Amino acid sequence: MTVMIQVTDLNKRFTLHNQGGVSYPVLTDVSFDVNAGECVVLDGRSGSGKSTLLRSLYANYKPQSGQLHVRHQGELTDLVTATPRQILNIRRQTLGYVSQFLRVIPRVSTLEVVMEPLRALGVDRETCRGKASGLLRQLNIPKTLWHLAPSTFSGGEQQRVNIARGFVVDYPILLLDEPTASLDADNCAVVVSLIQQARERGAAIVGIFHDAGLRDQLADRQIPLTSPAKEEAA
Amino acid sequence: MTNAAMAMTEEGLAEPLLKVNDLRKLYAPGKGVDGVDFELWPGEVLGIVGESGSGKTTLLQCLSGMLTPDSGQIEYTGKQGDKLDIYKITESQRRLLLRTDWGIVHQHPRDGLRMGVSAGANIGERLMAIGERHYGTLRSTGEAWLREVEIDTARIDDLPRTFSGGMQQRLQIARNLVTQPRLVFMDEPTGGLDVSVQARLLDMLRNLVVDLGLSVVLVTHDLAVARLLSHQLMVMRGGKVVEQGLTDQILDDPQHPYSQLLVSSVLTP
Repeated sequence: MTVMIQVTDLNKRFTLHNQGGVSYPVLTDVSFDVNAGECVVLDGRSGSGKSTLLRSLYANYKPQSGQLHVRHQGELTDLVTATPRQILNIRRQTLGYVSQFLRVIPRVSTLEVVMEPLRALGVDRETCRGKASGLLRQLNIPKTLWHLAPSTFSGGEQQRVNIARGFVVDYPILLLDEPTASLDADNCAVVVSLIQQARERGAAIVGIFHDAGLRDQLADRQIPLTSPAKEEAA
Repeated sequence: MTNAAMAMTEEGLAEPLLKVNDLRKLYAPGKGVDGVDFELWPGEVLGIVGESGSGKTTLLQCLSGMLTPDSGQIEYTGKQGDKLDIYKITESQRRLLLRTDWGIVHQHPRDGLRMGVSAGANIGERLMAIGERHYGTLRSTGEAWLREVEIDTARIDDLPRTFSGGMQQRLQIARNLVTQPRLVFMDEPTGGLDVSVQARLLDMLRNLVVDLGLSVVLVTHDLAVARLLSHQLMVMRGGKVVEQGLTDQILDDPQHPYSQLLVSSVLTP
């Protein structure tokens, strides 16, 4: 079994310098591994640090200490100490991140938004277009919308465009922050099947799912999280 | 995989385009640039943000060969892989770089355009400076670049002062990119433009950066612009870099009190 993610003694604390210097820990000594072909679900109540951990795994948040190794082109690389340039390269090729929120860029069409991550890998336009169209079709985005910028779309449509964008590259590692939140049953089933396909091709998946049924359906393993700050407060 | 090996497989070039080491240019304590280090790789965009007077423009002037620093090195890797120390090469070498390998987009198009000659002549000037003399070629290249920056080619013989602010800014960009520079310095390229024009310009810049593989040093006070265009971000205050790293990491999880203040001060519409 290939270890794809290796988290060791990870600590993340937020210090709000402009709000009286309040400082609170969110992740304390978190350690776990995720193998290829495994889907791990982060479990814990709201505020327990699930999204913080997921964002740290994408190098979007900066942990204070510990290590966050991901397997990139065969070798484990620590995201905590990697340079911006290395991180961008790892994201391009290895790490996919899907949340329920699409970052809309004015004037860029839906099809282009979905194709972009694949284009960034140097794949030719036709192949990108084919794969992007397939995903948009699967996710029930009407063809009439493909050439429009998604800024005017409904929340659910934007969310599905974002999912298509997240699955257009076959990333070896997928980080999913409630991708199915507020989707109807049909679209939810499509996303579940995309996740299952990714796992079958050997992707290591770390996800957050609030729906208990979905969690049981997808999780090979659950990682419980409790935020020390919130525990203290309680 | 080592850094160097990664660069080889990725961009085909194993070294940074620009390497800046402990750069200083102080007008007074806290005024100017007080010790800046960074590396810029091919195809990368570095955003520089910070309040007015934090040294952003001074830094840009030092980097682009317009203002001699008090100390520090700026090393540029030329097309042939030759290493050029920007303030050790001769004035004429530096001017050649500015005309060919580099581009400078000023905040005010008036500073970067020649207002007394036509749009076509503005685009053709840099080409002529590197030896292009054929009128037909100059004319067709001019038209091609006007189309590229979405200006009606029928305006090729008009003076830039008959253009709107947004068009002037796009013309300035065309004028710079016509010689296919490898490195472009931009000082608040979207400042002073209304938001719809900004969106169009940003979209254009984003595509040009990707299509041409440009490296860009971008000074801006607009964090949304920085997020959209830049890979690396540098936050300056009082001439010093208070935080430097991956753009989205600094904007979403700022560590320094000043970066936190900057990020939390933005109004979201």
